[in-house]
Amino acid sequence: MKTPRAQDADSSAPTASPLRKRAKLWSIRGQLAGQTYFFIACIGIALPFLAWIALNSSGTVPRVFMPTPVAVIERFITWVSDEGFGTDFWISISRVSLGFLASLALALPLGLLSGTFKPAEALLEPAMDFVRYMPAVAFVPLMLLWCGVGEGSKIAVIFVGTFFQMLLMFADDVRRVPMQQIEAAQTMGATRREIVYRVIFPSAAPAMLTTCRITLGWAWTYLVVAEMVAANSGIGYAILKAQRFLATDKIFAGLIVIGLIGLVQDQILRALHTVLFPYLKGR
Amino acid sequence: MTKGITVEHLMKSFGSTLVLDDVSLSVKPGEFVTIVGASGCGKSTLLRILAGLETADAGLIACDGRSIEGPGVERAMVFQDYSLFPWLTVMGNVLFSRRLAANAYDNLALERGAEEARAQKLLSIVGLSKVKDAYPSQLSGGMRQRVAIARALMSKPALLLMDEPFGALDAQTREVMQDLVLEVVREEGTTIVFVTHDVEEAIYLGSRVVLMAPYPGRIDFIYEVPFPRERDIAMRLSAPFLDLKRRIMSRVRDTVAMSFDGADQNSQGLSA
Repeated sequence: MKTPRAQDADSSAPTASPLRKRAKLWSIRGQLAGQTYFFIACIGIALPFLAWIALNSSGTVPRVFMPTPVAVIERFITWVSDEGFGTDFWISISRVSLGFLASLALALPLGLLSGTFKPAEALLEPAMDFVRYMPAVAFVPLMLLWCGVGEGSKIAVIFVGTFFQMLLMFADDVRRVPMQQIEAAQTMGATRREIVYRVIFPSAAPAMLTTCRITLGWAWTYLVVAEMVAANSGIGYAILKAQRFLATDKIFAGLIVIGLIGLVQDQILRALHTVLFPYLKGR
Repeated sequence: MTKGITVEHLMKSFGSTLVLDDVSLSVKPGEFVTIVGASGCGKSTLLRILAGLETADAGLIACDGRSIEGPGVERAMVFQDYSLFPWLTVMGNVLFSRRLAANAYDNLALERGAEEARAQKLLSIVGLSKVKDAYPSQLSGGMRQRVAIARALMSKPALLLMDEPFGALDAQTREVMQDLVLEVVREEGTTIVFVTHDVEEAIYLGSRVVLMAPYPGRIDFIYEVPFPRERDIAMRLSAPFLDLKRRIMSRVRDTVAMSFDGADQNSQGLSA
């Protein structure tokens, strides 16, 4: 949409066209065509890779510390073909999924309660605020003692890293449901139960999915921490083992794989958001 | 049993602030009462107490002889904005109340088909038949308020409470909506209590205009509107209409001026 001011500029300064174009690209909170956005995004991704290649060819950094992109790709191919990448990949995915789902299963009902009823908030939130400031990483030794070196301890670390934050964020999502929606339902005769299930939950659901998207990212962080401390499989373990053998190329490959998983996961959840909440379009 | 709304000696405070001081009012079935007053006069609080969303500290409030204890199906409310359910279509919003347990066994005993028919009828009264499958986010502010009105009327409430329903709309849309409300009253015969800050709107819609004064909130005067039930745009410019408007507006200013003297005492009371 053209603002009146933009039209004024058109008529009064016809010679200033290149300047105006730049101003449009960099206008505050401006819009960008899909193609242009994609193009700029590609530059953003390509730049670090170019810097990486430049650093390699300058010869100032030894290959042991900074492998070439080609070496990393080759190493990734051997990891897939000979070193059980598939197993590492799936075990990591399943750990994240289990830890995350365990968090979700508890945080969702408790967050709904806490955001809706004051006594639940008083019971849960000050306690959660206290626990969430304890770094989840510091729980690793305790989890090892309690759950052993098996799958339990990794899932427990992911749970500790995500559950408390998730509960507090869900409760905030619930508190942002407009009071008018709740009161409208009350004047139509809705019971407390009906208001929770038919108004508060559907109203908060889009924000809650966004909360899931954010906390799922953290789940990956804690997975890698858990796998580095006590595991004999998984992507985090592979990275740690690679360090012992000075296999920097494999460390690079592992890091890039984790980044890619995060990227894909994020896109899936964004797509899910548009599929589940079509009514948010055009807002 | 007394039909209609009875409010007697209602008192309400928020903390140490007296919001409603000895408010008494009765509304006959089928009547259209509008409430105006400067901000702080407690008009919205009175409406929310009638809806059951707030509780009074003292006094009696009854709807058709039954004391009001909390929100109820027989008293529907239209809010200023943001009350529609964005995840439901226009039709879904209108039918929302029918999916609640409280309405499953009411005296209307509507079957599913009859339900849809009633929703269709209400949507055609408010002129939204064509957009019944749209989501609220796709509608204009005026259209959203039309949906809110249709939704509130769905379970045939004895009383419709409207809290500045057109306060967020532009002047042109507001006039159209006012005629729409009059049309709804003709079709449905609903009793309406309508809160507004717009004196012209209050006169144009109401059979009586209740003027409330602030600090503490109380009823200052009740004006009878000397017009027949059928209203039209030409009335807005007629001499009796403008005369009444002038009288009410100057009285609103007086109540605000009076409250400045009272406010002094009030603030002293707060600091003590």
